Amino acid sequence: METLLQADHVSYSYHNLSGETPALSDITFSVKKGEFLSLVGPSGCGKSTLLSLLATLLKPESGTVTIQGRIGYMLQKDHLFEWRTIWKNVTLGLEIQKRMTQENLARAQQMMKDYGLWEFRDARPSELSGGMRQRAALIRTLVPDPDLLLLDEPFSALDYQTRLHVCDDVCRIIKKEGKTAILVTHDLSEAISVSDRVLILSHRPASVRRELPLSFTDSRLTPMARRQTREFQDYFNIIWKELNADESEI
Amino acid sequence: MKARSEKLTLQEAYVQSHHRHHRLVGLCRFLCFFTFLSAWELCADLDIINSFIFSSPSRIAYTIFLMWQDGSLFLHTGVTLLEILISFVLVAIVSLGTATLLWCSRTLSEILEPWLVILNSLPKSALAPLLIVWLGSGMRTIIIAGMSVALFGSVISVCTAFRESAPEKIRLIYTLGGNQAQVLYCVIFPESLPAIISILKVNIGLCLVGVIIGEFLSARQGLGYLIIYASQVFKLNYLIAALIILCVIAFGLYQIIARLEHRVRKSRQAQP
Ligand SMILES: Nc1ncnc2c1ncn2[C@@H]1O[C@H](COP(=O)(O)OP(=O)(O)O)[C@@H](O)[C@H]1O
Ligand SMILES: [Mg+2]
Repeated sequence: METLLQADHVSYSYHNLSGETPALSDITFSVKKGEFLSLVGPSGCGKSTLLSLLATLLKPESGTVTIQGRIGYMLQKDHLFEWRTIWKNVTLGLEIQKRMTQENLARAQQMMKDYGLWEFRDARPSELSGGMRQRAALIRTLVPDPDLLLLDEPFSALDYQTRLHVCDDVCRIIKKEGKTAILVTHDLSEAISVSDRVLILSHRPASVRRELPLSFTDSRLTPMARRQTREFQDYFNIIWKELNADESEI
Repeated sequence: MKARSEKLTLQEAYVQSHHRHHRLVGLCRFLCFFTFLSAWELCADLDIINSFIFSSPSRIAYTIFLMWQDGSLFLHTGVTLLEILISFVLVAIVSLGTATLLWCSRTLSEILEPWLVILNSLPKSALAPLLIVWLGSGMRTIIIAGMSVALFGSVISVCTAFRESAPEKIRLIYTLGGNQAQVLYCVIFPESLPAIISILKVNIGLCLVGVIIGEFLSARQGLGYLIIYASQVFKLNYLIAALIILCVIAFGLYQIIARLEHRVRKSRQAQP
C-alpha cells in the first residue's frame, strides 16, 4: 500500500529564556493509506507537538516529515464560532482555502445530511449538544477533503457516555469516507477500540517505545464491539505494561 | 394539566410584575423631571433664585425658539454635531487600522508602546492650545482636538481586545490552511466586535469633550463657541440652552451606539 506519511528521525525542542524543553527525540514512523494509527503516551510527553509538526504548523529541528496530500486537523475542543451558523462553520475550511465550488459545497451539504446535521444548518453552535458539536467539527475537518486526518484527543472534552458514542460515530464516518487517520489519545481503550496500529510513546522527550499492530479475528467490528473481545483485553494489558515500565524507569 | 396551567399563570404573573416595575420606573422618572422643572420655574418666577443667573425653563425654551427662528440653532448644533461625527469616524478608522498593525507585528507594538502610554496619560485639554497654534483655528483643528482625546486610549483598548482572542481559535484557522489576514478576518474581528462597540461607546463621549474644548479655544461657530460667547456677555439663557442641547446630542449619540450594540448581540444569538 501507498505510504501517505513518513516521519524520519524527527526531533523538536521548545525554547524560551528560562531554558530548553526537549519535546520529541528521534521519532520515526510511517502511515499507509487507509490506515488508522493511534498515538498513546503519558500526558505532556509531546503528542500535540508531534501532530503540529505533522501538520506543518511547526518545523522539525532535525529530521524530516513527508506527506502526500492534504491534511485535516481536528483539535481537542470543537472551536465552533458562535458568530457563524453551523453551515458557515462547516464550510469555513473551503472559505479559507477559497474552494467554495459547487461541487465542494454539494459534498458539504451531503455530509451534513448523512450525519444528521442538515436540519441544524442555520442553528448556532450553542444550540447543539456536545456530541453534535463534535460531529460538526469533524465535518468541518472533512469537508476540504483531506487525505490524512490528525485527531488530537478529540473526545476528551466530552463526558464518558457521550464519548463512547461519539467515538463510535466518528470512527464510522472516517471509515465510510475512506480516510487515513492519526488519533492522539491518553485513553488506552479508545486507542485499541479504533485503530489498526498503536504507537506507544515514552515520557518527554517523546520517542517511540513500541509499535503494536492490532488484529482482531473479526475485522469489521465497531469500536464498541471491539471492547467486548478477548484480544482487546490482551492488547490493553500489553500497552498498560509498556506504559508502566516507562513509569518505573523514572 | 392543572400543574401546567398553574405554571402558565405564574409565568403571566412574572411578566405582569415585570411590566408593572417598568411602568413604575417610567412614571417616577417623569415625575422627577416634571417636579424639577416646575420647582425651577417657580423659584425663578417667585424670585427665590436670581433668574438672570439661573435662568428658568420657560426662558430657555423661549431662547431655543428664538435660536430656531434666526437659524442659529441649526448652525451651532449642526457644526458641533458634524465635528463630533467626523472625529468619531476618524478615531474609529485610525484606531482599528493602528491596532491591526500592532496586532500583526509584535515588534512594532513593543516599539510604540511607551509612546501610546504617554500620549494616552497626557491630559488632552492641554494639547488643544498647542494644536491651535500649530494648525490655526478652524474646523480641522477642532476635529483633531476631538480625535486627540479619544484616539490613544482607543488604540490601546482595541489592541488589547484583539490580543484576547483564544490562541486555539487562531490555531484552527492555521490548521485549515489560513494565513494571518484570514485569522484577522475570521477570528479576531468577529470575536472582538462586542468589545469594539463598547470602545466606540466610550469614544463618542470623549470626542464630544474634545470638540467642545476645541470650540472653547478657537471657533466662530458651534455649541462650545456659543457657551463661551454667552458666558462672556452674560447671556445665561443662551449658555444653559447650549448645555441642554449638548445633553440631547450626547444622549442621542449614545443611544445610536447602544442600538447598534443591541443589534449585534441579537444577530449573534440563535434564531428562534
Ligand atoms: N509553546 C511551548 N513552549 C514551551 N514548552 C511547551 C510549549 N508547548 C508545549 N510545551 C511543553 O512541551 C511538552 C509537550 O507538550 P504537548 O505536545 O502539548 O504534550 P501532550 O500533547 O502529549 O500532552 C510539555 O511538557 C509542555 O510543557
Ligand atoms: Mg496535547
